[in-house]
Amino acid sequence: MSIIHTENLTKTYDSGAVKVHALNDVSIDIAPGEFTAIVGPSGSGKTTLLNIIGGLDTPSSGRIVIDGTDITRLSDGQMIDFRLNNIGFVFQSYNLIPVLTARENVEFIMLMQKWDKKKRETRATEMLQSVGLGDQIDRRPSQLSGGQQQRVAVARALASGPKFVLADEPTANLDSASTSNLLDIMANLNAQLGTTFVFSTHDQRVIDRARRVITLEDGKILSDETR
Amino acid sequence: MLLKISWRNVWRNRLRSGVVIAAIALGIWAGLFVMALSVGLNNQRTRSAISTTLSHIQLHNPAYLKDSKVANFIPDGEHVTQVLEANPQVKAFTTRMIVNGMASSSAGGFGVSLNGIDPEKEARVTDIHDHLTEGDWFAEGKRNQVVIGAKLADKLKVKLRSKIVLNFQNEQGDIVAGAFRVAGIFKTVSSQYDESTAFVRMKDLEGLLGTPGQFHEVALLTSGLDEVQPVKEELKAALPDLEVRAWKDVSPELGYADEMMNTMLYIFILIILMALGFGIINTMLMAVLERKRELGMLMSVGMNRVRTFSMIVIETVFLSLIGGPVGILLGWATISWVHSKGLDLSAVGKGLESLGVGAIIYPELESGIYFNIAILVVVAAILASIVPAIRALMYKPAEAVRGL
Ligand SMILES: Nc1ncnc2c1ncn2[C@@H]1O[C@H](COP(=O)(O)OP(=O)(O)OP(=O)(O)O)[C@@H](O)[C@H]1O
Ligand SMILES: [Mg+2]
Repeated sequence: MSIIHTENLTKTYDSGAVKVHALNDVSIDIAPGEFTAIVGPSGSGKTTLLNIIGGLDTPSSGRIVIDGTDITRLSDGQMIDFRLNNIGFVFQSYNLIPVLTARENVEFIMLMQKWDKKKRETRATEMLQSVGLGDQIDRRPSQLSGGQQQRVAVARALASGPKFVLADEPTANLDSASTSNLLDIMANLNAQLGTTFVFSTHDQRVIDRARRVITLEDGKILSDETR
Repeated sequence: MLLKISWRNVWRNRLRSGVVIAAIALGIWAGLFVMALSVGLNNQRTRSAISTTLSHIQLHNPAYLKDSKVANFIPDGEHVTQVLEANPQVKAFTTRMIVNGMASSSAGGFGVSLNGIDPEKEARVTDIHDHLTEGDWFAEGKRNQVVIGAKLADKLKVKLRSKIVLNFQNEQGDIVAGAFRVAGIFKTVSSQYDESTAFVRMKDLEGLLGTPGQFHEVALLTSGLDEVQPVKEELKAALPDLEVRAWKDVSPELGYADEMMNTMLYIFILIILMALGFGIINTMLMAVLERKRELGMLMSVGMNRVRTFSMIVIETVFLSLIGGPVGILLGWATISWVHSKGLDLSAVGKGLESLGVGAIIYPELESGIYFNIAILVVVAAILASIVPAIRALMYKPAEAVRGL
């Protein structure tokens, strides 16, 4: 039983004269517990695919079924709640609310899910410890390095126990030490908690860490290998 | 936490928020001060009109108001006096016999409204005696004295102790005349009043008219402006044959001025708030624009429309509400301080005297106005927050995060 199932996804951007086929007949299935990289050259459609899987964007045609729910049928409002309760997001940057501390940032999603304060705080602290930031919980994003900020984002994405985590180029702005550190943490969480990760990247070192690599080119799946 | 985020967001760009807060505070401060100045001016005008000429309530025979001939006395004057003496809210009253006649000197004759009064009683109700530029408010013991306005004295070309002749018709329509000596000359804020008014002792006038114990007008003071209306109602009930008029009825333009002033002031404040509102909208739009990615991220991870909207509204309200109280407090402090000292406008306002007030203005505002303004600021803030909040909702998460 796959947790992410896409069927003949296409996405066409119609900007006047030229039509861009950002995605062309993409069908994939991702099972729980996978650690999958979406790779491909710039413009190949990685971001478009992740955005559509995450319900941030809608396909021109095709279906996306997340754990049994056809999200193409959800209204905008339902989609927001669906994202809140089922999907963890890590973006390339601007992941955190600058005026909140690391712990408050991690608590934010649980807060919107109406967890009570005590549970929220305990869980946030726990998650920050598990990404190696147990001693930075009261710092603001501006007082953290780029790598640390991405780790806070990972902690936030996982804190409320989503079905899977989507990360669009999470290491793009990081140096190699921070990159491998973040990958260690993600792989660890994947191994220990069984959290499903789908992430896009350009970086060969990141690709090497993935257990499944889906390669896109011009919006089509070029290869899909599991190691 | 939404409150926490909004509050901290206000201080993200300290300079920009500071400028807006200062603008709001200054705008409200200036608005309040101008309001207080106008209200003070208006109140001074009203008070001076009340204390020199109008008094709080006047009583007449209704017929006298239609036709001011001598015969239209207040009927049963003794009863009227008793009613007034029995009412504890009537602080003082004076009775007047008023006839229209002519004052003449060697320079000519001029129409005059001649008031026969008891100088002591009159002095308890009006303050004409405080407006004397020369002479006395009737000297003890001497008969046939007259106190006239400065303008009339000018026209008659008379000085203190000059003799003038006053002539008028009696009840039967016969012309009677008497020679009076000028005991005092007064100058009020109204030159029209000074030109046409003369005071003599009631007894002297009674002697000429042959109508002892009669009078045409009663002017009275209640224990305070708030008592005017209730006392008016009581007197109306007790003296159904008389026309009972409060100062606002006698001089409606003063009441209108009051009302108009209030309306104008609220319009004025609304204009200030509108200008401030646009400033707030502009600032918050900038903030929302700057935070496009952050807002996109928040919506992506599951912040719904209601929360997004509220976050911006709360931030805007915070931003506005810091400046509001500061402005109100500053305004209140300035007004209280200047009120205690008085603002001398003689340098800029030569014309103030003609408005019926002195050159020194004492700004004042009712406490209710501060409260209303506070409410208006909140309303303005909420209104101003709508545009930026809607702008924030228009972001599409996929587009907002794409730029990341
Ligand atoms: N809003 C848009 N309007 C028009 N074309 C778009 C839009 N968004 C993306 N595209 C196009 O769709 C294609 C796929 O873009 P996408 O961002 O998914 O690529 P990507 O693989 O993420 O690239 P990168 O590695 O540079 O992030 C590109 O050709 C891009 O120019
Ligand atoms: Mg991309």
